[in-house]
Amino acid sequence: MAEKRVYEVVYIVDPGTQEDEVTRLAENLRTIITDQGGEVTRNEVLGRRQLAYRIGHSNEGIYAIFEIEGTGREIAELERRMRVSDQVIRYLTVRVDEERQRAEKLRARRARKAAKRPMSASASGGGQATRGGGDE
Amino acid sequence: MSRNMERGERDFDHDDDGGPPERRPQSGRGGGRGRMRRRKVCRFCVDKVDLIDYKDVKLLQNFIPERGKILPRRISGVCTAHQRMLTEAIKRARNIALLPYTAD
Repeated sequence: MAEKRVYEVVYIVDPGTQEDEVTRLAENLRTIITDQGGEVTRNEVLGRRQLAYRIGHSNEGIYAIFEIEGTGREIAELERRMRVSDQVIRYLTVRVDEERQRAEKLRARRARKAAKRPMSASASGGGQATRGGGDE
Repeated sequence: MSRNMERGERDFDHDDDGGPPERRPQSGRGGGRGRMRRRKVCRFCVDKVDLIDYKDVKLLQNFIPERGKILPRRISGVCTAHQRMLTEAIKRARNIALLPYTAD
């Protein structure tokens, strides 16, 4: 399989921005990504939310998310654009393909283990619960 | 524990004003450090979680006390592998203002 990376980009838009402006911004950013050869698999505005701390002068922000498949070049361009944008007050890029792969591996290993010794979990669970009360 | 009991035998099953019951075995002898605490199990292992999402604020909030710090696993009972995932997720969440760096 060719070198393909999956990224998740969460960005926060200034709360003063109108709804249609947010979608327009998202559309602009999407074209930046596709121009660089990236593929956008998720483009969603998550909505308004109270920030956990102040950013600039805002106490809340509009959260939006991209999921991008690509090489990493489009990320560099996207981040540069977001950095200079007044509307985007914060962003976070996370590469998710590796950790998803790891999660998948863990899941597979568990499935293999479960297949090796079936019905061991269901047998031991019952007895504990009945006399558990005292040392809770 | 209050020492002024009216009747000696009454105090036997007297549940001293709602104190945490897991402390009781300790009161007898000082050295017995055997197993007085309930064994904590990693809730992520129980739920078979393979990936902790940094956007899941509801979940992460369980592991940051009022001060905003990350709850140590000695207290929460989370296993090493999951604590590592949890820590990473909390730090990411802080970066995008989903969680506070500090609460003050």
